[in-house]
Amino acid sequence: MMFHSADLIALALTFKLASITTFILLLIGTPLAWWLANTPWRFKFLIEAVVAMPLMLPPTVLGFYLLIALGNHGPIGQLVEWLGGQPPAFTFTGLVIGSVIYSMPFVVQPLQSAFRTVGRRPLEVAATLRASPWDRFFTVAVPLAGPGFLTAAVLGFAHTIGEFGVVLMIGGNIPGETKVVSIAIYDHVEGMDYHHAHVLSAALMLLSFVLLAGVYFLNRRLRMVQL
Amino acid sequence: MSIEAQYSITRGDFLLDVDFSMPSRGVTALFGPSGSGKSTLLRAIAGLDFHPQGFLKVAGETWQGDGRFAPAHQRPFAYVFQEASLFAHLNVRSNLEYGFKRVPPQQRHISVERAIQLLGLENLVARKPETLSGGERQRVAIARALCVSPQFLLMDEPLAALDEASKREILPYLESLHDSLGIPVLYVSHTLQEIARLADYLVLLEAGKVVAAGPVPQMLTRLDLPLAHSSDAGAIFATQVAGFDQVFHLTHLDFSGGRFAVPGMALKLGQQVRVRIAARDVSLTLEHQGSTSIQNIFPAVVEELALENDAQVMVRLQVGDAPLLSRITKKSAAELDVQPGKQMFAQVKSVVLLA
Repeated sequence: MMFHSADLIALALTFKLASITTFILLLIGTPLAWWLANTPWRFKFLIEAVVAMPLMLPPTVLGFYLLIALGNHGPIGQLVEWLGGQPPAFTFTGLVIGSVIYSMPFVVQPLQSAFRTVGRRPLEVAATLRASPWDRFFTVAVPLAGPGFLTAAVLGFAHTIGEFGVVLMIGGNIPGETKVVSIAIYDHVEGMDYHHAHVLSAALMLLSFVLLAGVYFLNRRLRMVQL
Repeated sequence: MSIEAQYSITRGDFLLDVDFSMPSRGVTALFGPSGSGKSTLLRAIAGLDFHPQGFLKVAGETWQGDGRFAPAHQRPFAYVFQEASLFAHLNVRSNLEYGFKRVPPQQRHISVERAIQLLGLENLVARKPETLSGGERQRVAIARALCVSPQFLLMDEPLAALDEASKREILPYLESLHDSLGIPVLYVSHTLQEIARLADYLVLLEAGKVVAAGPVPQMLTRLDLPLAHSSDAGAIFATQVAGFDQVFHLTHLDFSGGRFAVPGMALKLGQQVRVRIAARDVSLTLEHQGSTSIQNIFPAVVEELALENDAQVMVRLQVGDAPLLSRITKKSAAELDVQPGKQMFAQVKSVVLLA
């Protein structure tokens, strides 16, 4: 057996984290991107800056603040505790929260630009064809922004798999709960276990390549149909 | 049934302030130079843009006013944009069905099949928009608008983005819509040629104001309006094909003031045809000249004169119950003593069929 069983657990956890994060991001990011693409509000640049901040900040900074906020003494941690729950620091939930924030720009930006490319005209046409706002959003804006959704989902997913700093800060190293692949590889290297670091790294490389190649292939086909 | 619209719209230092009504039958043209506010007004009527200072009533129903603003998707209109704006992710048939499916069955008067037939789209239904020519796309866009069985069809310069060939391809369809569906049309244009060919009623817009409104034959010949002073000013006549001259290969077109003879025999007996006579193609004489190559000579009464420039005057005459324009030199006007009320003969050198 090439893989440690602990490494398999880490791999599975990583993909679970990336999937849940991507799902949540599409759920939150779609309306946010739509709003950003369409609002005439003059201060929308502030929101855009906040969304883009993870691009610039070292993940440790984000992780640090999240650790404080989500921990036993942090506002969110205390709120959750008061509600009868467990503070999310060092839990899988905490990881999801961190990943959602950290990967946000990778989902929101492609969606925003896709919605902007679609433009107002097709939606106006749909309105004159009796489609209500929700109706035209789902039957016109979403299909026309299709390639943007694909890009957003892939970038969000890929970026979550690749993250390290935030996880290290707020997740720690609990097998099956917060120990994702990037942490596991770091552990192996720390422990001079280069063999397993190689196996896990190579597996991640291969998976990433296959995933991205597949998506770009699909994206090209989608665009060919679109244009 | 009629349409009443009042809008007061401010955009930067542009003020659109209009209050007009128009018949809800036939084609009404909203005509004016670029920047006169035509499209702004049409979008406001469609409900695409909200302007608080507005009032719109169509056939007794208020769509804006009295504290109410109905958004575009609730109004019984259809809209054809300058660019076809077909849905790129749907094929032609699905584009047509998009609006059709959203209209309650009891309100559907026009089926998708009928729209396909009216716009000649039979061979295009399975195609994707990106494979169509500009003219074909606009035909699909018009058909798509018809498929919502609109009470009113709004068209924002539907031909402006097309080349000459595509325009010629679409115009006959637009003309036939007029006769076959009876849906009133509000048509925005800045091209006199299109107005002369398609419109029955004209609302003239300039710098955000309605300058004048009325039936097209009158509006085109009113000497107090700029339309009668453009270089290709002319009058239009509604005529009917009355017969043919088999020997000389001519078609006879009857109108209230007499009969035009035009070359060719491509029309059908009884067909309604619009003709246009340019002011520069009409000369005036005091007596009926027998010995001339001009076939179309009519008795006419001078109604009004206006100076064109230092050398020319524009004369409006009445032929039957229709107005006619003639551009002559000041010298001729003086020599012939052209003045209102004078009986003359109008020699028409060229009659242009608008079909």
